[in-house]
Amino acid sequence: MALARLAQAVTATRAGARAAWRALPTKARVGAIFIGVFAFVAIAGPYLAPYDYTATIATATGATAPSTAHLLGTTSTGQDVLSQLLVGTRSTVFIGLLAGVIATFLSVVVGVSAGFLGGFADEGLSLLSNVFLVLPALPLLIVIFGYLPTAGNVVIAFILSLLGWPWGARVIRAQTLSLRSRDFVAASRETGEHTWRLIFFEILPNEVSLIAASFVGTVLYAVLSSVGLAFLGFGVGGSSWSLGTMLYWVQNQDAIQVGAWWWYAPPGICVALFGMGLVLMNFGLDELGSPRLRAAASKKRIGGRAWRLPEPTRVLRESRRPRHLAGIRPHGGGAA
Amino acid sequence: MAFVARRLVFYVVAAWVAVTVNFLIPRLIPGNAVTVMMGKYPALQPAAEHALDVLLGVGKHNGGIVRQYFSYLGDLLHGNLGTSLSQYPAKVSTLIGQSIPWTLILVGTATVVSFVVGTLLGILAAWRRGGWLDQLLPMLTFLQATPYFFLALLAIDAFALHWHVFPIAGGFSNGLAEGWHWSFIMSAVDHSLLPAITLVVTSMAGWMLQMRNVMITTIGEDYVLAAQAKGLSSRRVVFTYAARNAILPNIAGFALSLGFVIAGALIMEIVFSYPGVGQLLYNAVTSDDGPLMQGVFLVIALAVLAASLIADAVYVVADPRARRQAAY
Repeated sequence: MALARLAQAVTATRAGARAAWRALPTKARVGAIFIGVFAFVAIAGPYLAPYDYTATIATATGATAPSTAHLLGTTSTGQDVLSQLLVGTRSTVFIGLLAGVIATFLSVVVGVSAGFLGGFADEGLSLLSNVFLVLPALPLLIVIFGYLPTAGNVVIAFILSLLGWPWGARVIRAQTLSLRSRDFVAASRETGEHTWRLIFFEILPNEVSLIAASFVGTVLYAVLSSVGLAFLGFGVGGSSWSLGTMLYWVQNQDAIQVGAWWWYAPPGICVALFGMGLVLMNFGLDELGSPRLRAAASKKRIGGRAWRLPEPTRVLRESRRPRHLAGIRPHGGGAA
Repeated sequence: MAFVARRLVFYVVAAWVAVTVNFLIPRLIPGNAVTVMMGKYPALQPAAEHALDVLLGVGKHNGGIVRQYFSYLGDLLHGNLGTSLSQYPAKVSTLIGQSIPWTLILVGTATVVSFVVGTLLGILAAWRRGGWLDQLLPMLTFLQATPYFFLALLAIDAFALHWHVFPIAGGFSNGLAEGWHWSFIMSAVDHSLLPAITLVVTSMAGWMLQMRNVMITTIGEDYVLAAQAKGLSSRRVVFTYAARNAILPNIAGFALSLGFVIAGALIMEIVFSYPGVGQLLYNAVTSDDGPLMQGVFLVIALAVLAASLIADAVYVVADPRARRQAAY
């Protein structure tokens, strides 16, 4: 009996998950697959690595091209590039995700409190996030990591998240502000719900896609910043081996000049693919939030022919994301 | 009025934070500036330590941290940023002054070009929805997600090392005297082309995507439909009805990114060994030059604040709704 119910529940959640998966825009699905592959490599990579990534070959006479022994060739000191790649992915993904989690947590706490509480709390918190917003992140990071030459992954993620939360906080605050004045929130307030319940059951569920988008955006920022910093040689001295560290050695040992494509291309392409997964995910989430961006929604195949359906009747909403806040991220600022 | 007051408080606080962070930076160095100098010039007598201490104003002879803070603020008010340690007798303000024009001209031009081209392409992609330009967008995400320095390195390899179309690095050819004469300017332009192109290519996608997405929402508005129904030409509908309203977030982003012109292209300058502000900061950090680091960071932070002020002003002019909104 209990078993049957359990089986039923499992099928139900499976069906639910499948339905949710299908409801995702294609871009988000492709993005999710990319991210999933990298998450897998991050977990299993070090165990799959065929060689010790630090092991050099004493007789090495320069980088050797891919062969059956070394699928992605070797570096100029004879280190196995594939092993370096498999090990390095872990740090990069870990830094990105950890920084994303911390920063998103901060931005939700600050954004929701500011938007929901209003008054002095709002003034203070908005001021705080605006000040953090105009602090030039990359120069500050370079200066900080100049002092921390051997920072580990956790420290790097922590510092990146400390500078990465204000974008999300601003957007979440704006959304909270608009949700707070909606009828359904007013209604549950009238019925005597207390503040915590209002926040966790009325406000937050309506911000899930926004929070997810801000998380994905922060992960991208953290990945690109950490790779950029490592490339410049900050944090390379530590125990952390990442895709950024690989690129640092690529530059340092002139891999590009000697034409060792098997050495310089993989780390760059891996970062780009992971980043692309994140960007696609972000687009998908954006489309989920504002269906008009979805191209597929306006086309339908009937009898083998593609038909362009009229736009669905628009529902007047009091507030989208305030227009002048929608996704303003200076393109130069985080261009690590 | 409340809006203006709120923004003023913001600028005062932000400037104070920037100045204070800046004060704390060299105090966090494990060894202080005096030991760095002593290490750099082994010929110095131990007695010189005191003199350096007084000169650099960071040592124990200069009173407690509070007193140092106030004398630092006093120095700033007089525009005195101190003396560089790594390029010793040079004043920090002179070094920054030398490098700012390089960054400003190159990155400024690249930012403007990338904004204009990206925005126009975004308008086109939204208007011809599903056209080839629109189909190309997923490709652009790849550019957006690739680390800038990686593309730059590949570009250097291909265009400078293999095909010799552009010079490899630097701001101008060795042996040329800096000045406003023809050969120097031509050399500077020649050296700036590849950095500028890589910057434009990588940053354009962002403008394009944002413009396209806002534009698509705007095109769906009733007044755009009405304009089309009146029989206005496509060009008029696109530019004076749809794009004019859709461009607001892009303009706000543009004004802000102007502030990051000085800060933003740090990695570009390092990869291309371009003699700008980013390169200066990088050299300061790698050679433990506290005063120089401090000075560059302060200039960068204040530039961002100034641009933010301009962004505010532009926004209030461009969008009347911003005047009423307490969105900040």
